[in-house]
Amino acid sequence: METKTEYQPFEVDQHLTARGNYWAGKAGSRFFVSIRDKKKLLGSPCKTCNKVFWPPRSICTFCFGELKEMVEIGPLGTVETFTVVAYAEPIHPRPAPFIYAVIRLDGADTGMAHFLDEVEIDQVRIGMRVKPVFATERKGNILDIRYFKPL
Amino acid sequence: MKRNVAIIGGGQTYHAARRHDVDQAEMVNEAVRKALLDAQMTMDEIDLVLLGNMEFFEGVHMSDCWLVHGTGAYGKEGLKITTGGTVGATTVCAGAHHVASGLFDRVLCIGFEKQEEGDTGAILSGVAHPLWGRSLAGAAVGYFAMMASSYMAAWGATEEHSAMVAVKARQNARKNPYAHLKLDITIQDALNSRMLAWPIRMLDMCPASNGACAMILADEKTAKSRCRKPVWIRAMETAHNEQFELDWRDVKTKRPIFSKVCAERLYRKLGVVNPVDYFDVFEIYEPATWAELIWYENLGLCAPGEGFRLIEQGKTEIGGPIPVNPSGGVLSTNCIGASAMLRVWEAALQIREEAGEHQVSKPVRRALTTGYGGTNWTVMTALSRTLDD
Repeated sequence: METKTEYQPFEVDQHLTARGNYWAGKAGSRFFVSIRDKKKLLGSPCKTCNKVFWPPRSICTFCFGELKEMVEIGPLGTVETFTVVAYAEPIHPRPAPFIYAVIRLDGADTGMAHFLDEVEIDQVRIGMRVKPVFATERKGNILDIRYFKPL
Repeated sequence: MKRNVAIIGGGQTYHAARRHDVDQAEMVNEAVRKALLDAQMTMDEIDLVLLGNMEFFEGVHMSDCWLVHGTGAYGKEGLKITTGGTVGATTVCAGAHHVASGLFDRVLCIGFEKQEEGDTGAILSGVAHPLWGRSLAGAAVGYFAMMASSYMAAWGATEEHSAMVAVKARQNARKNPYAHLKLDITIQDALNSRMLAWPIRMLDMCPASNGACAMILADEKTAKSRCRKPVWIRAMETAHNEQFELDWRDVKTKRPIFSKVCAERLYRKLGVVNPVDYFDVFEIYEPATWAELIWYENLGLCAPGEGFRLIEQGKTEIGGPIPVNPSGGVLSTNCIGASAMLRVWEAALQIREEAGEHQVSKPVRRALTTGYGGTNWTVMTALSRTLDD
């Protein structure tokens, strides 16, 4: 419903631009250096809870224990769930259509969302085995894995 | 209060401009573990976790979710609080209300800021009104500068007086191992420091710090059975002003502005006749030297126009009769989300006589703490050593 006013509604344009720079901490620093320099993925094991976390962390979410060790996980993994993004928005990281999948790396007990590519959309299924495609020039970023693709 | 509430433990990180060794969760976790150790408690015993920081300062929303492994809140009741500069005190206030209500017995309150990771100047401009203020805004210095020039014009205070506050804060900070700016400076150093916005110079302002503080609050039964030195929260009070009430910067205003109103209400609650006699130490939120002088007056530590005489006479030094900010205060350490909580925790340490080198000379039975935030909001908390004090 359109509201009738006796004045011309006026809009004030404002923009906030804010940068961020995040120190990756005890587990994150080791993870990013390892992916950049060795293409190796690290997870954080909690012996008390018998879980391996990916993304890695230095404190167990469940038991509050301090996690000092890291273990190599993946690089192969399994699609736990997925979706196809069919609409485009400027904020999207990729042009539509593209596939988001939660991938659990071998040796990890938790999954993380990433892109799935080099696959026909109607071929994607839960339980599909996948492997990472690493960027040639790696910067220590989660996009050092460009995407996962089927084995 | 419906039930008595005590601070039964607390802890803080070392505060610094750079914490490249930890991420936000790990930094918060340092303070949480120290608080648990101090309270001789495990995370399992905590039944509510409250997390506070300056909204979007690190460009992260839902920090209560992202930092959950650091805070220990996984699977527990909890909530995030964002009230700007006051947030650390508001978080303690909310924690005390939760305990006083009878719904929770052991509450963990956390305040933190990792200022180096965010675009804090840009985000702070978001505090300004989007229609009337933001196009003109640029961080916090200007606000205090206008208050300061009004103060100088009204009472005849000089730059030397603000320099005395600058020196007191940083010399006190040198006695506090956790403080950020432990500077061995003189009045001349302060007067020679770079001019930012008349009459505010570099050393008149607080730093941008990284750090966290955590405190555990408990009901009377838990406090008396579990804690050797509980510190009691006796009264809390909050008051606001509106951004465009310009006369808060007119230091001669007779209008009931936030800090005076809040102090009056709190004093009435406790039956305080003269705050200087009633309280033994003050930990106040002074982001700028001039603010400290004005807060002296608003808190009733002296008559209007006499704040700069207090510093001149050395009355608010660690060894003075009215010690203010023996910790070094916000002028020495400003990890914003933790800053107002640090006031409460530092006051609690004074009551416990565990402040170490910056313990004040006189015995401390009662303390008053304040928080301050834009746009003119204060939260005050009164603490005591026993329930009879």
